[in-house]
Amino acid sequence: MASSVELKDFAASKNMRGVMGQYFTELCGAEAAGKKVAWCTSVGPAELLRALGFLVYFPENHGAMLGATRMATDLIPEANARGFSPDICSYLTSDIGSYLKGQSPLNKMNLPGPPKADVLVFNTNQCRDVKDWFSFYAREWNVPCVGVHTPRAIGALDGAILTSVARQIEGLVEPLQKIAGVKLDYDKLKEVVRLSRKCTELWKAVLETAANVPSPITFFDGTIQMGPAVVLRGTQEAIDYYEILLVELKQRIADGIGAVQGEKHRVYWEGMPIWGKLKNLALQFMELRTAVVASTYCNSWVFEALDPDKPFEGMARAYSELFICRSDEPKEAYIERMIEKFKVDGVLYHNAKTCPNNSNSRYDMPQRIQGKTGKPFVIIDGDLNDLRLYSEEQTRTNVEAFIEQLSQG
Amino acid sequence: MEYYCGIDIGASTAKLVIIDRAGRIIAKAIGRSGVDYAKTSEQLLTDACADVSIDRSQIAGSLSTGYGRDNVPWADAKMTEIACHGKGAYFHFKQCITVIDIGAQDSKIIHLDDAGKRKSFKMNRKCAAGTGAFIEEIAHRLSLDISELNALAESSTKDISLGSFCTVFAATEVLEKIRAGVNVADIVRGAFGSVVKRIVEMDRIEGLLVATGGVVAHNPFLARLLGESFGAEAHIAPDAQYTGAFGAALFAAEQQSQS
Repeated sequence: MASSVELKDFAASKNMRGVMGQYFTELCGAEAAGKKVAWCTSVGPAELLRALGFLVYFPENHGAMLGATRMATDLIPEANARGFSPDICSYLTSDIGSYLKGQSPLNKMNLPGPPKADVLVFNTNQCRDVKDWFSFYAREWNVPCVGVHTPRAIGALDGAILTSVARQIEGLVEPLQKIAGVKLDYDKLKEVVRLSRKCTELWKAVLETAANVPSPITFFDGTIQMGPAVVLRGTQEAIDYYEILLVELKQRIADGIGAVQGEKHRVYWEGMPIWGKLKNLALQFMELRTAVVASTYCNSWVFEALDPDKPFEGMARAYSELFICRSDEPKEAYIERMIEKFKVDGVLYHNAKTCPNNSNSRYDMPQRIQGKTGKPFVIIDGDLNDLRLYSEEQTRTNVEAFIEQLSQG
Repeated sequence: MEYYCGIDIGASTAKLVIIDRAGRIIAKAIGRSGVDYAKTSEQLLTDACADVSIDRSQIAGSLSTGYGRDNVPWADAKMTEIACHGKGAYFHFKQCITVIDIGAQDSKIIHLDDAGKRKSFKMNRKCAAGTGAFIEEIAHRLSLDISELNALAESSTKDISLGSFCTVFAATEVLEKIRAGVNVADIVRGAFGSVVKRIVEMDRIEGLLVATGGVVAHNPFLARLLGESFGAEAHIAPDAQYTGAFGAALFAAEQQSQS
């Protein structure tokens, strides 16, 4: 059915396409240019890798591209047949399926596909799956897979945890120097951390414009706009991009322009995006005059603890205080702060079948938060990439019924 | 005389209700939803109007609901079946209620407060367990007509449990029980019990328990089992299969009076 509304893009997006295109082109040309490639989990120690001169590739970004292009659902079975269960992370299965079948969204950019890694560097702050994912490629290519084993379900972030994680990151220096063939320049590391910190500040400022009523940006915009914050943090390019985007958002606020025309309701999105349905959902919410103003997901690339003067300690704190590796108490406190800051009317929880670590509706949390804040919630069942686990009709009705409920006042 | 019309195009059947200003049902029509919802809606409206000899121009407001709610060309507005089942059920009970609607493809639990305002709702997960589709599948496996199920289940003397979540696996369990010589009536009761279990694990109830939808309309024994499982009496809404369409008609009347 044709939609009665149209999504508003940002003028800045044109720049982003250039920035991201250049990033992928450089990565795919790494071997010819004699540069080393490090694969890194999306909240892994990217700053250290950049400081050592690696080109840094984030396969989760590729996973999201596989989801958004809806290639994932065809590729996941390839990985399933290889021995990776349909019940585990569908980023992992779609990416490995993509590798096994030799098909990638990067092909549409006339690029051969993801670059081969010289080293794979993980951080288990997100889940165990990232290590399993990287280990597959390490076996395939006979290259090293190293990483940081961050504890999960962290309550209070104490000194013992921070010291352990900082020492683990520091411990990566020696093996990574050997692979990079250079010695770590500590001043260079401080500079990369400074740039990364600056990127974080700008990305946070971008997201916080959504506290304005009407919001100039939605969660759905954020999932696209976050690209540079994920893959280019620690570079000047990311900073330049968010400076331009922030100006545009401030102008929208000054002009009273909302991302959703006639914004009536404001919703918080907790959980992973449903990449293959972003546009449908964005349009549905727009038709319902509802702005999905904030999300845990987009805010997960805000690393305020990064500290150029103490690079290892700062990275340790920044990558261990993340929502995803915390226990329910700090998670609830976080969502409550977000509800208040972004003037949220209700919370949508996406229960992603293959991503238990990003699905927070399974242990009674929605009921507890509703009890404390009085804000109603809805849970939708789906998945980040595997659309076999998604029911269009049920989701559409759930969302519509939820907004009807908010409309009662 | 002015009338209001509600139509509920569900996954399996389409239901239409015409009411007067007092909320009294003056005409009803039902048919398979089919593949052309616009055509189905047109036919039902024509039939219902003809039944009570009213002209379409006398329908002052209309509203569609159900899976096909976007495909009713003549509807003035649309709302979800969650809103409409709540509205339709509340009309009859006017107190804090929990509405359980068991449809062909999904089940819903809707909580309404004393004033009829919705407090929360839940739909079943993406699965046919706990829905009419499950019962249809079991009837098919047992070579029974759906109309025979209620009496059979009621005549059962044994509590046979089907343990699986999955409709396909539950059907396999049914085959095992047939092989083991279990009485068909007991198997049907077991299937009803399975639907009830899937619903009981969805949510808690608060206030009066009201059951709506085609499944309970045709199988009141299932509603009784539902009540027993929740430890409360299950009240089947009047014209339970039409509750969604009735609620839609009530909304149509409300919206028309507001405009």
